[in-house]
Amino acid sequence: MSINLNISEVAIRENRLGSVTGYQGSIKELAAQASSCSLKNKERCFSQSSACSSGCAQGYLSRIVDAAIVVHAPIGCAADSVYSNTQNKWGEKVRNWKHRNINVINTNMVEEDTVFGAVVKLKEAVREAYRRFNPKAIFVTTSCVSGIIGEDITSVLDELEEEIPIPLAPVFCEGFKSKIWASGFDAAFHAILTKIVKPPQRKTNKVNMINFSGSARKQIVETLARFGLEPVFVAPYSTVEELSKMSESAATISICGTLGSYIGNGLEEHYGVPYVKTLQPHGIVGMDSWLRGLGAVTGKEDEVEAYIREEKEKIASDLVEIREKLQGHTAVVGMGPSFGHNYIRTIQELGIKVIWGATWHFDPQYDNGKTPASTELLASQEVDIPVSVGDQQNYELLNLLNRLKPDLYVARHGGSTVWATKLGIPSVMVADEFSAFGYQGLIDFGYRLSDALTNRSLAKNLSSRVKMPYTDWWMAQDSFIFLENEVV
Amino acid sequence: MSQYSEQVRHVCSLGALQSVLAIDRAVPILHAGPGCGQKLWGALGFQNGCQGSGYVGGHSVPCTNIGEKEVIFGGDDRLKEIVGNSLKIIDADLFVILTGCTSDIVGDDTGEVARRFQEQGKPVIYAETGGFKGTNLFGHELVVDAIIDQYLKPANTVEPGLINIWSVVPYQDPFWVGNLKEIESLIAQLGLTPNVIFGPGPEKGLEALGKVPKAQLNVLISPWVGLKNVQHLEEKFNTPYLHYPVLPIGPTETAKFLRTVGQNAGVEEKRIEKVIQKNEAEYYYYIERSADVLLETRLLPRRFITIADSFYALGISKFLINDLGLLPEKQYITDGVSEEYQDSITAQFKNFADGITADVVFNSDGGAIHEDIRKIKFRSRPLILGSAWDRVLSDEVNGYQLSVSMPVSDRLALNRSYVGYQGALRLVEDIYSIVLSDFQ
Repeated sequence: MSINLNISEVAIRENRLGSVTGYQGSIKELAAQASSCSLKNKERCFSQSSACSSGCAQGYLSRIVDAAIVVHAPIGCAADSVYSNTQNKWGEKVRNWKHRNINVINTNMVEEDTVFGAVVKLKEAVREAYRRFNPKAIFVTTSCVSGIIGEDITSVLDELEEEIPIPLAPVFCEGFKSKIWASGFDAAFHAILTKIVKPPQRKTNKVNMINFSGSARKQIVETLARFGLEPVFVAPYSTVEELSKMSESAATISICGTLGSYIGNGLEEHYGVPYVKTLQPHGIVGMDSWLRGLGAVTGKEDEVEAYIREEKEKIASDLVEIREKLQGHTAVVGMGPSFGHNYIRTIQELGIKVIWGATWHFDPQYDNGKTPASTELLASQEVDIPVSVGDQQNYELLNLLNRLKPDLYVARHGGSTVWATKLGIPSVMVADEFSAFGYQGLIDFGYRLSDALTNRSLAKNLSSRVKMPYTDWWMAQDSFIFLENEVV
Repeated sequence: MSQYSEQVRHVCSLGALQSVLAIDRAVPILHAGPGCGQKLWGALGFQNGCQGSGYVGGHSVPCTNIGEKEVIFGGDDRLKEIVGNSLKIIDADLFVILTGCTSDIVGDDTGEVARRFQEQGKPVIYAETGGFKGTNLFGHELVVDAIIDQYLKPANTVEPGLINIWSVVPYQDPFWVGNLKEIESLIAQLGLTPNVIFGPGPEKGLEALGKVPKAQLNVLISPWVGLKNVQHLEEKFNTPYLHYPVLPIGPTETAKFLRTVGQNAGVEEKRIEKVIQKNEAEYYYYIERSADVLLETRLLPRRFITIADSFYALGISKFLINDLGLLPEKQYITDGVSEEYQDSITAQFKNFADGITADVVFNSDGGAIHEDIRKIKFRSRPLILGSAWDRVLSDEVNGYQLSVSMPVSDRLALNRSYVGYQGALRLVEDIYSIVLSDFQ
């Protein structure tokens, strides 16, 4: 696997990593197919509204504090900026920062633009973004419309770079190109790698911490300080200057394997910054693995071991208590693949039996050519777990949950837990990426699950009064009858 | 529409999927990219008064999730498959296919697909709502027109007193449910039978749609959205329409509204005046009681700005000037009003009590609006009625801010209404709660 920084557009996950959005089987079969490169995607002959690359790319980049985004699209494609702005305020609150609005301009493409093109409009919007926000970099995101009509965005930005003295980076994230919205993160990081990151001048004690909102910021700063390291939270809430120096860092770590794969491996391959490719830091086993991985590449093994010992001692009695409370309960997990496979393990650590794992896509390999460690670990366990892959197809999931009737549904991504709750299943939404982060995080998360199980009145009341939008016919079918072999 | 715009305050035509969701037991089927539904619902629903998925919204909306294959080879077959399976899986009574940019550019024959299902007696209609065609308010009109043309059947008789109500755009207005209920209540007080399509309840939705052709009158309460629809209804079913261009908020405008509707529908003058008198008495009971605080604290804002769609910019201005005695700074209208309607809306802003007028700016570019407001020299703390985007600006200019217009991501809206007498009371409560909590 090689990350090519000489091209302006990174290949989508389906083509680059062989990633899929349609699968049903078990974790052992999935891992076996991944490692033997025999995993085949399946399509669905019914589908519900999913998500696209541009949402991920725009949302992620718009929270860089001194960059601007120009969304080259009809106005609906910039609708997600409303959510991004709310999200941005959440991260500002975590940091006690004054609120600002995110710097996003939309080119407002209209019918005549689809006929005559809109590069002139795009140029003016980029100039205006520079005037309004005085940014240190401008990212231009593409759309289905700009892609289909063939707008030459790279040339436009090359021309503009003569008059605007900051990096102008195209971000190719047309929604129709990939079924895997995480391809949008890769597009964003490709723009950062090719246009923002500079070759290293010196090596520092910094650690690139790839994440979203950084709610555990204080804890991570304190933990890394014990190892003589200092985190740079990437990419939201960082500055363009900080991002440009990622090549100088001592290591890259990520809260999410899906998110971190491209940038982490890219920095390693091109600038020799080691990328920690262990389990993600959810729960005890995950945190052990993640910290040891970091210790190994930074030569801080002893400090890490001492820290791990201390932290485990701190939570020992709480862990016994929460395990007792949760023992014997069952759960279904529905999340992106990295969170999903890491959370299955984490929930098991609390004594809960995971009876199904649904992930929104699956990467049989990351950009280093290896199967995700979290998947391999689950596959190596004695008990096999039934799993499925689907781009958040609620009809499939709801049919499944209705059949399995778990005690708990634990999900990440909006628009999922509400439906399980309507079935009467207490549900927990993991909105914050640092839920269940490490040792204390596991305990806190355990209590959150326990609270959800203790008072089920909302789920009970809703389910007895609210009608689901599915026919009785559908609820009686096998959950996966609409999953069919891909027609190439 | 603006050349470019910052701070989304409306979305694209496909946002009309939310209007379909506002019809009980109707479901949109998107023939669009995988991200369209999520983005549009996120902005108009989730981030706008916390209006959630409801019965079949959010990630449950059927969608073809158009990919590269459909862009290259066309998406008709995929659409047929998704519509066919939607009919099996989703428990609904009306299916509305809505196209996105991709299928409109590629040139899929969506009409043909819909007609095939219609021929089999299936309740499937369609509208071409490719995002590049316009705003979601325009898209809302396209959806209503599609219903008129493809779903409604002519009636044999006219039902006297039956009044169809067309007004705020569902979901774009986070208070639409409450607002429509309030309008319904006002019309009912006149002794008429209001027929409201959007909103919860078995008497709304398809049952209400079924009654549309036999109404005595279509009442459109809107500066411009929906005018084409009521004209279309007149052409098709000979139903006359009354265009009332101001969202009635507060006693002055609501009395005018009741008189206008009552006169047009043939309600006895005595009855109209009785309704007005009763409501005004109740309204002024509360205002009289709160007058001490409104007048005797040093905090009463004197000047206000609206940064809102034309419904609220106009409705709130009328109320704050004509009833509460505030003065207007510039008023910004953000819903992409086309030129043909701008003059009549501007004229309304030149017609307040005591000869007061307000300058109006039509612009959907929030960044440009904020730049403009920063140049205003305020002599006191202004009241800014806008959206969540304006909280940052309000801090900069030391204003009081209340989000009323999309996106209202900083508030939870359930059945609150800002219309009529009750709605005006809610608005006064909300404004002064902000003023009072600001220093405490």
